[in-house]
Amino acid sequence: MKGTNLGEFEEVVLLTIAALVNDAYSVAICDELEKSVGRPAKLGVVHAVLNRLEEKGYVKSKLGEATKTRGGKRKRYYTVTNGGKAALIKMREVRDQLWERIPELTLRKA
Amino acid sequence: MMKNAPDIFPPRWATRLLSWYCKPALLEDLEGDLNEYFQRNVQAKGVTRARMIYILDALKFFRPYTVRKPEFLNLLIHYVMIGSYIRTSGRSIVRNKLFSAINIIGLAISMSVGLLIIAMLMDLFAYDNFHENGDRIYRVIGKYEFSGKSDFGFMATTSLKAARAIEESFTGIDDVAILHRDFSGDVTFGEQAIPLRGFWANEGLFRVFSFRLLQGDPVTALKAPFSVVLTEKSALKIFGEVDVLGKTVILHRGEGPEQNREYTITGVMKDLPVFSHMKFDMLGSLSTRQVTAAEDKREMAWDNMWNTWTYLLLQDEAAVAGIRENFVNLSAKEDKTVPHTHIELGLQPLKDIMTGEDLGNPIGTTMGSKVVNIFGILSFIVVLSACLNYTNLSIARSFRRSREVGIRKAIGALRSHVINQFIIESVIIALMALVFSFGLFLLIKPHFLSLEKSLQELLVLDLSPMMVVAFIFFAILVGVLAGIFPALFFARINAVQVLKNLSAIPVLKGVTMRKVMIVFQYCISIIAITATLIIHQQYKHFIAYDLGFTTENILNIELKGNKAELVKKGLEELPEVRGISQSSLIVSIGNYWGTMMRNPHDPQDSAAVSYNLIDENYLTIHDHKLLAGTNFKSRAGKVVESEVIVNEEVIKSFNIGDRDPAKAIGQVVRIDGKNMTIIGVMRDFNYGRANDRVQEGKKAIMRYGPDHAQYLNVKILSTDWPETYSKIENIWKKIDPVHALEAKFYTQQIEDAFQGMKASLKVGSFLAILIICIASIGLLGMVVYSTETRLREVSIRKVFGAGEMRLLLILSKGFLVLLFIASAIGLPVTWLFFDMVFLREVGNPAPIGFFEMCVGVLAVMGLALLMIGTQTLKVARTNPADVLRGE
Repeated sequence: MKGTNLGEFEEVVLLTIAALVNDAYSVAICDELEKSVGRPAKLGVVHAVLNRLEEKGYVKSKLGEATKTRGGKRKRYYTVTNGGKAALIKMREVRDQLWERIPELTLRKA
Repeated sequence: MMKNAPDIFPPRWATRLLSWYCKPALLEDLEGDLNEYFQRNVQAKGVTRARMIYILDALKFFRPYTVRKPEFLNLLIHYVMIGSYIRTSGRSIVRNKLFSAINIIGLAISMSVGLLIIAMLMDLFAYDNFHENGDRIYRVIGKYEFSGKSDFGFMATTSLKAARAIEESFTGIDDVAILHRDFSGDVTFGEQAIPLRGFWANEGLFRVFSFRLLQGDPVTALKAPFSVVLTEKSALKIFGEVDVLGKTVILHRGEGPEQNREYTITGVMKDLPVFSHMKFDMLGSLSTRQVTAAEDKREMAWDNMWNTWTYLLLQDEAAVAGIRENFVNLSAKEDKTVPHTHIELGLQPLKDIMTGEDLGNPIGTTMGSKVVNIFGILSFIVVLSACLNYTNLSIARSFRRSREVGIRKAIGALRSHVINQFIIESVIIALMALVFSFGLFLLIKPHFLSLEKSLQELLVLDLSPMMVVAFIFFAILVGVLAGIFPALFFARINAVQVLKNLSAIPVLKGVTMRKVMIVFQYCISIIAITATLIIHQQYKHFIAYDLGFTTENILNIELKGNKAELVKKGLEELPEVRGISQSSLIVSIGNYWGTMMRNPHDPQDSAAVSYNLIDENYLTIHDHKLLAGTNFKSRAGKVVESEVIVNEEVIKSFNIGDRDPAKAIGQVVRIDGKNMTIIGVMRDFNYGRANDRVQEGKKAIMRYGPDHAQYLNVKILSTDWPETYSKIENIWKKIDPVHALEAKFYTQQIEDAFQGMKASLKVGSFLAILIICIASIGLLGMVVYSTETRLREVSIRKVFGAGEMRLLLILSKGFLVLLFIASAIGLPVTWLFFDMVFLREVGNPAPIGFFEMCVGVLAVMGLALLMIGTQTLKVARTNPADVLRGE
């Protein structure tokens, strides 16, 4: 088994999948990433991440309906598995704990 | 309204590529995504951009996780079947002995040239590999511009000034090695004097380059003035041992006490590897020049950039950009010291010195990428031609193999299996050809190396394990190249059709292509042979060119610093010697000495003239014709130069004596700041090489200067040349025991001046013969095949009373038309090339001969006709009963 820790981009993608609920397929994920996170995501990179997440067992996928825009090809929809949800929650907990320990955090002028 | 977007499709080949490499499980999704993006981009960015992005994305998906793993079963089948393929290939090769032989011989001949190129390239790329920091060593190159014009492009040399400036002030450099021209002379130890050649070098040399010292300390060896480092070989030559540290030798570099200095041996280095781009026998410390050339203002001049080679050891490759920037600043600063001059500096990686572009002022011989490229292209044509033969014959004979392919397919062979089978077959044939071509390679190697002196210096072409691997790889490549088209052809065959009805095979489909191939091959053959013949004609023309004076029976002896009078006195004793003259250079073989000649009455009336310094016998011995005036008179000792003999061209272009030879006598001109009286006008002669386009050679003058003599021109009438030569050699040895005699007949020297042309002639004729051989072999195969398949037709014709001549005509008509087309293309192309391009580049060319144009075509045609004739005659003479009875 490969390492199960979550990289930063992997986490963002995983969150996006969760946020898109029933509509998470590759192109939609790319668009959402660009919209919400504000960084342009390359299709090839997203695919690689999706593939890795599936290998780690954080997401599962199934083929959906075919559309004309896709040249008659079916979409592959992703959903977050329980393992994926657990990983996300754990990530958040780690962060919250750290946040609580910071007494004060404001941006000062240098 | 917008165009209906989905009607535009992404490039099909990219989709296919994706579906070829991608895992089936992932494919649909990826294809869908790409399509969606494509449609989006069509709307947003236009069709062309969208297609580009689609292609790029399809390529970018090529990642480890998307790539389809080879199917194990399929691989297993391939593996199991290899034995079968080899067996059937072997059978097929044995069954068709003639065709196999044709293929193997054709490939072998062409591959031998390929092997030569590979060996050559491997040698060239092996250059300078022994330097440990090779990838960080760069050479500083310089370009000289005067009034914005550069005559030479980049030179391998820079000025000593620039080298020192770089050494002192540049950052990003670990070390600088500086080599300066001409540390050469006779090294004298006791009675022994041995002529050695080398460079002046600074201490940085041993830090930049990985030359190993056997004796002495690399840090200090080249530090003190008057130090010398010998190579092992040189040390053995002088002392007979290498343990010579601290001994002193005298370096004799010419006349005068300043030229005979004592040097201390501070190091003995291991002999240079063969593959070193710089070659020398010894090195002198550069600091010596700070003593000996301290007075010389030119030594550190910014524009004295012809004598120093500078090599930098960079800290890392990233430093290159900064150094280039500093070069620009340095030039800007120093250009001001010399009016109208701009010197541009550049960097050249060590590896590019041997394999890159040829630069002027090289430190040693280089090959130049131009020569390598031309040679590479020619041999590629030869190999391609042989591959075409194979392709051609295999497809033509597909008739006989197609049933085998049909059965294979019927019992389950995939397309890829069939392709594999035929490629393995062609690779086997190519490997068999490799054995023969290797023999040929060994055979032509010495001839190739002896083509030109520089080739012998540069290349060894010795076999190494790497080279054997490269050869085998090359053979496999040739096999695949030759076999790919037949393989694809067979893979397309429809099993059902073939097994049901043999005549359904699309043999006819390839006919046009095969005809084009024959025309192509013969076209190339005709171009090659005609070009070779034309160059041969030009060569003969230049060798026998009327230079305006005689070169017959004149032996030119290099004086090598000896007193002309002494050698002359010795030679005059020989009865064969009919006369001796002296000159400072040999004209008409490409040497030029130039100066400015001015009319003292008109400052505008001046021009560059070429000159030679001669004695009073020169004009007589060379049979120069005087149109007016007299020859020089003998004057002994050092006299002030005051007389000059000019040629007609000079009189024509100067406003002196009404441009009339007779009236020009007695007129005064200024040369090199001296007033000189014209005492004679001689008929025009070729000062330059017969094919030089330069106009400077036309205006030539003769000056009197026996004390400047470098050569003796000896008129010799001898019936037994070897004996005369040994007599001359004996006389020479008594006068100069150090240097070897260098004496050459003038006619020989002229031939040597056209050495390059002769070498290309040899290469050209060799390649022409190869190309013709290959084309002939291919044609022979096609003729044999086509006459055999028409055997039945011929028999029926015979039964109905067709005569032999008639049959001959019917069978060969098709081929004759092809040959005719080939020559109709080949001849005009050759003629145009030479008339428009080649012959414009050389001066005084001979007009292209009708004979040269025709002979090549006739020879090629004759050979082809012979093959067509014998083969068709054989078929035409068969007994029709034997053929038809079998039906």
